[in-house]
Amino acid sequence: MASVRLLLTRRCCTALKTTTARTHVSYEVKDNVAVVRINDPTSKVNTLSRHMQAEMVEVMNEIWGNAAVKSAVLISRKPGCFIAGADINMIQACKTAEEVTSLSQEGQKIFDQVEKSPIPIVAAINGSCLGGGLEFAIACQYRIATKSKKTILGTPEVMLGLLPGAGGTQRLPKMVGLPAAFDMMLTGKNIRPDKAKKMGLVHQLVDPLGPGLKSPEERTIEYLEEVAVDFAKGLAGRKVTVEKKKGLVQKIQDFVMGLPPVRKQIYKTVHSKVMKQSKGLYPAPLKIIECIQTGIEKGNAAGYLTESQNFGKLAMTSESRALIGLYHGQVTCKKNHFGKPERDVKKLAVLGAGLMGAGIAQVTIDKGVATILKDTTEEGLARGHQQVYKGLNDKTKKKSLTTFERDGIMSLLSGQLDYRDFENADMVIEAVFEDLSIKHKVVKEVEAVIPPHCIFATNTSALPIKDIAAASKRPEKVIGMHYFSPVDKMQLLEIITTNKTSKDTTASAVAVGLKQGKVIIVVGDGPGFYTTRCLAPMLAEAVRALQEGVGPKKLDSLTTGFGFPVGAATLADEVGIDVAAHVAEDLGKAFGTRFGGGNVEVLKMMVQKGFKGRKSGKGCYVYGAKSKEKKVNSGAEDILKSFKLTAPPAVSADEDIQYRLVSRFVNEAVLCLQEGILPDPVQGDIGAVFGLGFPPCLGGPFRFVDSHGADKLVQKMKRFEEAYGNQFTPCQLLLDHAKDSSKRFHK
Amino acid sequence: IKKTLAKPGVKNIVLVDGVRTPFLQSGTIYADLMPHDLARAALQGLLNRTGLPKDAVDYIVYGTVIQEVKTSNVAREAALGAGFSDKTPAHTVTMACISSNQAMTTAVGLIAAGQCDAVVAGGVEFMSDVPIRHSRRMRKTMLSLNKAKTLGARLSLLGSIRLAHLAPELPAVAEFSTAETMGHSADRLAAAFGVSRLEQDEFALRSHTLAKKAQDSGLLSDVISFKVPGKDIVSKDNGIRPSTMEQMAKLKPAFIKPHGTVTAANSSFLTDGASAVLIMSEEKALAMGYKPKAYLRDFVYVSQDPKDQLLLGPTYATPKVLEKSGLTLNDIDVFEFHEAFAGQIMANLKAMESDWFAQTYMGRKTKVGAPPMEKFNSWGGSLSLGHPFAATGCRLVTTVAHRLQKEGGQYGLVAACAAGGQGHAMVIEAYPQ
Repeated sequence: MASVRLLLTRRCCTALKTTTARTHVSYEVKDNVAVVRINDPTSKVNTLSRHMQAEMVEVMNEIWGNAAVKSAVLISRKPGCFIAGADINMIQACKTAEEVTSLSQEGQKIFDQVEKSPIPIVAAINGSCLGGGLEFAIACQYRIATKSKKTILGTPEVMLGLLPGAGGTQRLPKMVGLPAAFDMMLTGKNIRPDKAKKMGLVHQLVDPLGPGLKSPEERTIEYLEEVAVDFAKGLAGRKVTVEKKKGLVQKIQDFVMGLPPVRKQIYKTVHSKVMKQSKGLYPAPLKIIECIQTGIEKGNAAGYLTESQNFGKLAMTSESRALIGLYHGQVTCKKNHFGKPERDVKKLAVLGAGLMGAGIAQVTIDKGVATILKDTTEEGLARGHQQVYKGLNDKTKKKSLTTFERDGIMSLLSGQLDYRDFENADMVIEAVFEDLSIKHKVVKEVEAVIPPHCIFATNTSALPIKDIAAASKRPEKVIGMHYFSPVDKMQLLEIITTNKTSKDTTASAVAVGLKQGKVIIVVGDGPGFYTTRCLAPMLAEAVRALQEGVGPKKLDSLTTGFGFPVGAATLADEVGIDVAAHVAEDLGKAFGTRFGGGNVEVLKMMVQKGFKGRKSGKGCYVYGAKSKEKKVNSGAEDILKSFKLTAPPAVSADEDIQYRLVSRFVNEAVLCLQEGILPDPVQGDIGAVFGLGFPPCLGGPFRFVDSHGADKLVQKMKRFEEAYGNQFTPCQLLLDHAKDSSKRFHK
Repeated sequence: IKKTLAKPGVKNIVLVDGVRTPFLQSGTIYADLMPHDLARAALQGLLNRTGLPKDAVDYIVYGTVIQEVKTSNVAREAALGAGFSDKTPAHTVTMACISSNQAMTTAVGLIAAGQCDAVVAGGVEFMSDVPIRHSRRMRKTMLSLNKAKTLGARLSLLGSIRLAHLAPELPAVAEFSTAETMGHSADRLAAAFGVSRLEQDEFALRSHTLAKKAQDSGLLSDVISFKVPGKDIVSKDNGIRPSTMEQMAKLKPAFIKPHGTVTAANSSFLTDGASAVLIMSEEKALAMGYKPKAYLRDFVYVSQDPKDQLLLGPTYATPKVLEKSGLTLNDIDVFEFHEAFAGQIMANLKAMESDWFAQTYMGRKTKVGAPPMEKFNSWGGSLSLGHPFAATGCRLVTTVAHRLQKEGGQYGLVAACAAGGQGHAMVIEAYPQ
């Protein structure tokens, strides 16, 4: 023990000597190798902030000025993070495109020096190496990464409406080839270490270590450093070469890529693919293509200039602001703002093994929480069990899970038809049929068997929680947990509290949701809560548009053209026409004519004919097993014809239809904030985008009002109101914002 | 003299004697045999050595790891061929590298429970021939072919065979649960404990040097001579090759390339061999006129994470078995640990020497301590003598008994790691001379 302490103090002394006033970057010279260690003491992750960059430049200059240093290793002291990217706040603080461009140019300059370093620099990567972090790493002469699950490489800038602005668009194509570089930068996807090695993004992989004389995390970093130092020495002594021999396939690919017509064709294909997927609503992918193309066709100088200028331009776009806003919102909604619950949920019971119930069970067991999945019939249970198994097994096919891990996870699931072991449950989530009397029956049955501390959560999409809680002996333990289908893919969880729900119950529900990996909004109780309530008027409007003769395909293209990932008609089929009818009727009763528009009878008639949407094979569309092309369901068309309405020409232009749909959504969202159902605009935006697919490029309904202008929106609504009535009456809060342009939902 | 470990109400169980065939590198002189041939040689050798009447044995337990499918109960096949009475039942056990330890403790259990008085235990491993299978797709086609009734059905099945289906499946020394080979895990383990390449090479060299010395001075008396059909008489292990540090330093890493530390020279090699021991209740042994070699006392099995702690069995098992016997590490005179890899042994020694490891991972207050090297594997070990997986356990126990006799100690400790993240340890007490 004493010797350990001595070692520690000694290390501290050397650190002090070399870093005098530096807090983020330190280095020591071992055997002619400068080991540069980065660690932002103010954050969980390292970012390339101004401070970090300044210290890095200082350190690099010292190293380059030291003749005794023959090579260098760049490593992070944080266990789960190399460098997570540039500092977003630094970019957001800029007022003009020129400012951002000059930030980009500074970054380019630093990495240019790194690339031209007189001594070899080895980037030793453990944990996230993203954005600017990856750009730094690829400027180094050699890269070694750990095979840790936390190690990911990627250029996620596109997801923030930006582009890799510190040389990434110029270096990546040369390193991994044009197609792979496009794929990385346009999708922003994370690349695992094995793949990175295959692509040529890293040179060597290092296995993460288990327990030794130190914690696995600590020792793994040390080991990575030892290996990296050896390679650095090898590079300095020319025993290790950077260039690897190219295989035949690589040579052929290089040859083909060397032909200008081939490259031209690639640019064209990528461009049209981006246009098709983004509908031209996202400027970043197009700018990325431009940067890559300029660099390759016109040379480095032009490429770097285009990169920095485009980076500046993109940072000023509303799309980038919207996406960055969502990023921040997501971070906020991944925290528990209700404190630590009194006890952890160690055993969860899910009632109903349907699509939702099984999905909830899956995302619970795969986080290591024992889960009971209860259904009333063996067929139902078997189906749900199979769904969970398939969900996990698909992960083994993608190699994100081993078959052994899958089996271990499955062993946490107990499928049963009775209430056995419910006396040990800490939380019950019911996902039975949406019918108040059934829910009441379930509440009573469950409360008879669960322990007093157990929380009863209900996964309903529209029934008010207080109505369900009316059957409970302990309403303080009742809460709504509204999951979205498919549960294992959709990130949002909407938690609904009644005025009787205790704070600890809320804290516990949020804790469970976070464990399940969800982005969480916590809203007040009421018919449809927040998300369903916003969606219902939009769907009512969609039905009206259909009645007015806008075909399902046209409706879909209008909505996707506005930025919704799924068109309104397709969305109705996905949600289920029966569910939509149910919700429309319930909320129609609760909110009156404001929720009118389309005729509910259209939906009811469709249900009657068996057109329940995708699950029944027919809805607005016909879902065949084979053909990829969706065909419009002629039966549904006939129904629409029998309910035909005349479209008022003044409000039926394409853009009008789009705004009719969106304004009703947005107005209802703002009304939810006004009524206190929503605690703040951030959660409103997150709920709309992650739960309902509100266009991410608009950042959510509240950011949309800010960027579009409340006054302009109100003007449009007034025009629609004249034609249709109170469904388009702007709510008071929206009017307030329209009147005073200084009022904004987001500062 | 130290106290005896006899416990009131617990039967004294003794090791009468133990033998083994020479351990040979696989693919050498034993290459054309089958596993039960080797096992037979060890069993016959035991009969010869002890002069045991063939019908005096109540039961036979034998260990094996890689099974020959034709002789899945290799214990029975070998016993019949070795001339044991066909009235003596025999069963086969498997527990990776501690399979013959399991065979011995099964024997101890049968005797302690009063069901048997004399049990033969042992183990065999034959790596010169391992079952290589057709691919699953091919097997499925072949099995369906048996059931196909018409020519047309057969032809269509034959037509479904693709070139890729013909690729065979080779058995790997890899964990099924993690798909990691043992050498890879050993390299990571060595790295986790900061064991250098130099330390590993030094330990391997020590093992070979000590084994050579033991072989030359005739200490390896458990080895029997074996006339291999069609070949010469074999009477010596053939894997003992003391090299130089310079030679060993030249080897490239075998598993983690290019920066790993485990090489062919500091790992145990694929080995063919078999071992057998005669275990009896003390009364029975004395009644039959035997002079037992040692008491088999407390034993434990442990298991831990097969990914990151695959080979740490000895670290976990040692303090547990010592506690059971009321002993400390200082009481032990003779240590015989299974040497899977030099890096694995060094990692275990470091783990046993670490309070932090004991507290953080084993739930213990303090470390157990590392065995003093002068008492440790002083006649060589698996690295040099060879490691036929299921035969090593009996070698360790017999060696402890022989070393206690030779060196005059009272207590010996056997410890071993095994695939699956399992481990074993046993305390052995010298029989009063």
